[in-house]
Amino acid sequence: MIDGINHNPSFNTAGRKVGFFTSDKTRGYSGMSKAPPNSQYKQKQKFRTYILVFLAPACLVYTMFMIYPLLSSLGLSFFTADKAGNESFTGFANFIKLMTDDLWAPRFWGALWNNVKFFIVHSLVQNPVGLLLASLLVNQSLKGRTTFRTILFLPTTLSVVIVGFAWQLILSPLWGVAETGMALFGLEKYFLPWLGLEKYALTTLSLVSVWQFIGIPMMLFYTGLLGIPHELVEAATVDGASGWTVFWRIKFILILPIVGIVSVLTFVGNFNAFDLVYTTQGVLAGPDYSTDLLGNLFYRTFFGHQLQLGNPTMGATVATMMFLIILAFVLLYTYVWQRRVTSYEY
Amino acid sequence: MKRRKYNSGPASRVIQYLTLILFSALALFPILLVISNSFKTRKAIFASPLAFPTPETFSLKGYNTVLLRSNYFSYFGNSIIVTLISLALIILFGAMAAWALSEYKFKGNKYLGLYLALGIMIPIRLGTVAILRLCVSLGLVNTLLALILVYTAQGLPLTIFIMQQFMIQIPSGLKDAGRVDGATEYRIFFLILPMVRPALATVAVFTMMPIWNDLWFPLILAPSEGTKTLILGAQMFLGQFVTDWNSVLSALTMAIVPVIILYIIFSKQLISGLTAGSIKS
Repeated sequence: MIDGINHNPSFNTAGRKVGFFTSDKTRGYSGMSKAPPNSQYKQKQKFRTYILVFLAPACLVYTMFMIYPLLSSLGLSFFTADKAGNESFTGFANFIKLMTDDLWAPRFWGALWNNVKFFIVHSLVQNPVGLLLASLLVNQSLKGRTTFRTILFLPTTLSVVIVGFAWQLILSPLWGVAETGMALFGLEKYFLPWLGLEKYALTTLSLVSVWQFIGIPMMLFYTGLLGIPHELVEAATVDGASGWTVFWRIKFILILPIVGIVSVLTFVGNFNAFDLVYTTQGVLAGPDYSTDLLGNLFYRTFFGHQLQLGNPTMGATVATMMFLIILAFVLLYTYVWQRRVTSYEY
Repeated sequence: MKRRKYNSGPASRVIQYLTLILFSALALFPILLVISNSFKTRKAIFASPLAFPTPETFSLKGYNTVLLRSNYFSYFGNSIIVTLISLALIILFGAMAAWALSEYKFKGNKYLGLYLALGIMIPIRLGTVAILRLCVSLGLVNTLLALILVYTAQGLPLTIFIMQQFMIQIPSGLKDAGRVDGATEYRIFFLILPMVRPALATVAVFTMMPIWNDLWFPLILAPSEGTKTLILGAQMFLGQFVTDWNSVLSALTMAIVPVIILYIIFSKQLISGLTAGSIKS
């Protein structure tokens, strides 16, 4: 135990049942589990001010700067403002405008589709490569794995702004580093100013983002793989299973819950992304909006730019759509993935 | 090791090392390239970008421009103030709430826990329109306090969630001993607090990096010269000096190096914090 003071035989590490069998009346109300009924009633009688004191600061800041703004934004998406700035209720008009209006619809659907592509690249490249690296790093006979782990996680700690600029310089035809680098492999004729081409800019930026954030799935998979008991792997190996079989039939199945968590984190992160495109392609997400993501559309709509005034109510509408998309994915994960996939305790 | 004999053949061993070396090189190359070129003359940056600076090509011109033309130290100071105060508030408020939720049984405990956990999955950015209005009405625009309050709200949900997992495991003996001695609940909380130190590493990792690296809220809530954070300052400087390669590379290096130094010093705690955090959740 942490302090060596605990001699209570009913303590268990899962913690949830602490206090269930204790005879000590002074702490009958502690723990989140159901306390014995008599002590529960005894404690209910007096108001415990300290609970309020403990909870108040967190609840206040959280409610005021997170929950209230979120709800208020959702509400604002049903309003519209006239030239004088007076807001009036318009029902779903903003949503209909965003999805069908000739000026708004191409931007909205374009950004949504770009976001889907952004997410697909992350799912196909970032997460599998993260899994590959994690499975290499758990191999305890490999020398220098701490160093590799530290280096591979390094880009994740940097700011997206810094990473975006650094890659913009590297990929710039002015500098020619990418071209020189490719020439080492005889590939210089395939060099293109990718960030400037409508066809490639989004994929290039997705890969830059993958380069930066690969550390996150890698670390999550790494912890998951570390937690798998050796006995399981050993038993399968003794039975003649190959390394490949052991990985896919045992380890991968056991870390499926983590695959789910990684997917949700990737999705939420991707559908909330803004900095990389803003930094490298500017507020208009060029060339010709080909790298526009929902986060960038949100910023442009709400805050405005050189060609257009900011529109808070339409901004709130874009934010509400992002909220619904993220919520849908989180619910899908909770009700479909989490229910189908078994978590094993070992 | 015997238990992993299936992949310990020499050929597969070489492939494993090569894969790791390749990806590590890929992770390091852009960073080293920027740092190394920031110490070179403009001519050398373009003539031989892959070479390290030599006495002939060495130049600090870019750093000169950055220090003269931007308030680097002011930006840096703002970032430190915002990050540290937010982190302190997140840890204090988060630990208090987590303690109340895991230690006391009261009506609505479970629902309050769920309410506070909502923010783990929903990005606070989506409430920006209303956050800006709130800050305007409170007179907080272009103050560091606005950033601190927003980041505290952003960091609390996950912190409370992680801390609860740790607090629930604190043996009851210590708390009981305190109560028998007549200690107040506040005193018991501060006695217990040092015992969740392992959770602090985890919480610091998950909350500090996004705060330090954020561009969105400084851009919207505090873009004035006096309140710019390092990332916003860098973003604006880089946009302005985009053709001055010496300055751009130096500015990037000055944003990267402090983070790398901190990362190297704390990488062990950081990674064990990440590991602990993800096992818990």
